[in-house]
Amino acid sequence: MHPDPSSAPDLAVPDHDAATVLEASAPTRQASQSGVSRRGLLGVAGAGAVGVGAGLASGLGIGTRESSAAQPAADVQSYPFYGEHQAGIVTPAQDRLHFAAFDMVSEDRADLISLLQDWTAAAARMTQGRDAGPFGATSGPYDAPPDDTGEALGLPPSKLTITFGLGPSLFRLAGQDRYGIAERQPAALRRLPHFPGDNLDADRSDGDLCIQACSDDPQVAVHAVRNLARIAFGRAALRWSQLGFGRTSSTSTTQATARNLFGFKDGTMNLKAEEPSLLEQHVWVPAGNARESWLTGGSYLVARRINMTIETWDRQPLREQERVIGRSKAEGAPLSGGGEFSQPDFHLTGSGEQPLIASNAHVRLTHPDNNGGAQMLRRGYNFVDGSNGLGRMDAGLFFLAYVKDPRTHYIPVQTKIARGDGLSEYLQHTGSGLFAVPPGAASGGYVGQALFA
Amino acid sequence: MTGHHADRTVRSPRRTGLALLSVCAVLSVPLLSACTENVQASSGPDGNPRAMSVQATDAGCTVSTDTAPSGNLTFSVTNGGSKVTEFYLLASDGLRILGEVENIGPGLSRDLVLTAPPGSYFTACKPGMVGDGIRSAFAVSDSGEALTPAGTDSQLVETANKNYAAYVKDQTEQLVSKTDAFTAAYVAGDVAKARALYPETRVHWERIETVAESFGDLDPKMDLREADLEPGQKWTGWHRIEKDLWPARAKGYTALTKAERKTYAADLVKNTATLESKVRTLTFTADQIANGSRGLLDEVATGKVTGEEEYWSRTDLWDFQANVDGARVGFEGLRPVLKQQDASLDTEIDEGFTSLQKLLDQHRSGDGFVSYDKLTKAEVKSLSDAVNALAEPLSRLTAAVV
Repeated sequence: MHPDPSSAPDLAVPDHDAATVLEASAPTRQASQSGVSRRGLLGVAGAGAVGVGAGLASGLGIGTRESSAAQPAADVQSYPFYGEHQAGIVTPAQDRLHFAAFDMVSEDRADLISLLQDWTAAAARMTQGRDAGPFGATSGPYDAPPDDTGEALGLPPSKLTITFGLGPSLFRLAGQDRYGIAERQPAALRRLPHFPGDNLDADRSDGDLCIQACSDDPQVAVHAVRNLARIAFGRAALRWSQLGFGRTSSTSTTQATARNLFGFKDGTMNLKAEEPSLLEQHVWVPAGNARESWLTGGSYLVARRINMTIETWDRQPLREQERVIGRSKAEGAPLSGGGEFSQPDFHLTGSGEQPLIASNAHVRLTHPDNNGGAQMLRRGYNFVDGSNGLGRMDAGLFFLAYVKDPRTHYIPVQTKIARGDGLSEYLQHTGSGLFAVPPGAASGGYVGQALFA
Repeated sequence: MTGHHADRTVRSPRRTGLALLSVCAVLSVPLLSACTENVQASSGPDGNPRAMSVQATDAGCTVSTDTAPSGNLTFSVTNGGSKVTEFYLLASDGLRILGEVENIGPGLSRDLVLTAPPGSYFTACKPGMVGDGIRSAFAVSDSGEALTPAGTDSQLVETANKNYAAYVKDQTEQLVSKTDAFTAAYVAGDVAKARALYPETRVHWERIETVAESFGDLDPKMDLREADLEPGQKWTGWHRIEKDLWPARAKGYTALTKAERKTYAADLVKNTATLESKVRTLTFTADQIANGSRGLLDEVATGKVTGEEEYWSRTDLWDFQANVDGARVGFEGLRPVLKQQDASLDTEIDEGFTSLQKLLDQHRSGDGFVSYDKLTKAEVKSLSDAVNALAEPLSRLTAAVV
């Protein structure tokens, strides 16, 4: 699928880019009265001086791409929106998240298509540090509300990515085919089954559509979802949303492994952008039958809101915490020894002939070797949504994982975790969603276009 | 005070000498002399004479110093070898173990923290976890500080263990006989009697819940809640019967037939008998009792105070009390040991139990408790706060008595 398997897919900047195209037909930020240009504040070499196109992903000049395509630039500020795959999947995980699920309020197919077109155009602009609409936050008719809400003025693109997904209910809601797409619903796109211990809140689950906005600046991520929700009014309405304040996964070898709210490194074994053949094997939907061809090169997004009883966890002895995870808290090394990236030895025993990695340790149950080789690309975020009325934090991990087929890559693993993982004692799943994530759009096209062809 | 982890200025998983030095640098004047003394006596890697590093390999066991002042000692053991290793501090007879850390995988580090009075000792690494280990002499000088006794009084611990085993056995026996009465009423269709016996009987289960749960296969058969089922799994045990007795919250529920009731009842009776036979020969250690005590409070925090455990019958407060009973019995048994080791922790835990019990007593009704539904949000919150207040010091019990 990748023309150049050594390149990090999201960073393979096409020679043309979205912003250039839009720039030609829309009033530019420079023309605005405010004089504040978000793009002008990129603060990286090349921005503004070389021109609009080069200002995007300015760390990735053409020369850079040719000389070291596999190396993500350290100072990249924005990622291209258009491309083979949607950005925000293998893109190095940004620090903050705003995730939102929507339900369609219109039953008109044309409304769904126009919504996806409008979302695509706005996302293409915002990910490049531009305003949501062509006029921007501070220009346009004086008697009209601005077409951008304005809170991102003066902020750099902050690595914003916007990733769109389609839920099972979009294809079929209570047997109804509202948009003439039911026959193209992939077999794998079904509501996830009930897993042992699930305590799902309907107001934090499912949805016809979803948006994952990731950025290093929380205000930029919120700005994106807010403006996309505004664009959707009358066609789709916000169903639920979730903020994440800290990444718990690294999706690139250039990133250090982050820690979750249990205080342990999370996602040591995660799939990485630098592993294109593994991504083909585990993340991207391969070409298949005609019914599902619109999803080729896309992926499935599993979203789970997982509450952690952190107060109880914090009272566990270090011995118990490490036993439950199966790794050391300091380095994240498997208890069988080595360093963080050493492979665990599940057979090595210690005193009393007991395995050093307990039979119900999280690392044992989730390891690909014990799951038919299945791997996920995880992109989760820590959350704290205030407190819960019991004097405790409403805290946890908003789990996001991209897989090529949830039936082989998520459901069996989660069934196992829910049933036998020592960690489950400290977890409660309170929200759930499964979405098909279409491949990336080409410039001039829109996300999900092939579904309506 | 010396080398307290929380004082480190840089968050690093392993302590650094730099951070400890900075602690001394920012200490106020009255404590300065203490710092100076420590630095003069320093021989440890961090400038803290009570913090030793141990480099364990397959053939060596290098301790950063062979002497330390009496008090709270920390040995930070790093396994640089290829075998799983253990580290011990042994008394001068080379037999009595003051403390140990085991199962240190190659490349991993682990701390041994203990209190050592003045005297002669041996350090020992045991690569491969076999043999006498690689030993060196280790001397603890008299720092003049008052110390808690070294190690725990084995006589007291043994008594605690015996008493706890007897308690678990007794509760299980009561569970057996009450389960017989409960299931008989249930099968006979005497709903009122079965409902009355349900929480009374479960009290004996909940008091020893952490022990019962240790039998991995038995617990799901006996105590699984409906939400914990996986697709296709058959639901049996207490809560299956509970739903049948209190179907009010179930939508479109079909009552079980007499034959079905008989089946579920017989299954519960059989599993209870199995539990009893397994418990009969159980023995306990101090850390198991202490962890079990904490574990019972965890159960309260996750399932009872939230009203999730008894979803159908709303008898959560009975379970709440029973968990607290069990936790308290574990604690009381260990108190003679704890009083020697850490009298202030003993007081703190004792007060926590007392406050929590006072709150629980406000919700008594007859021989039992009011329905969970009757609690206001504020009452649930204050119960939860009391559980947290107790659970926090209780979580330090294990380290204090082992």
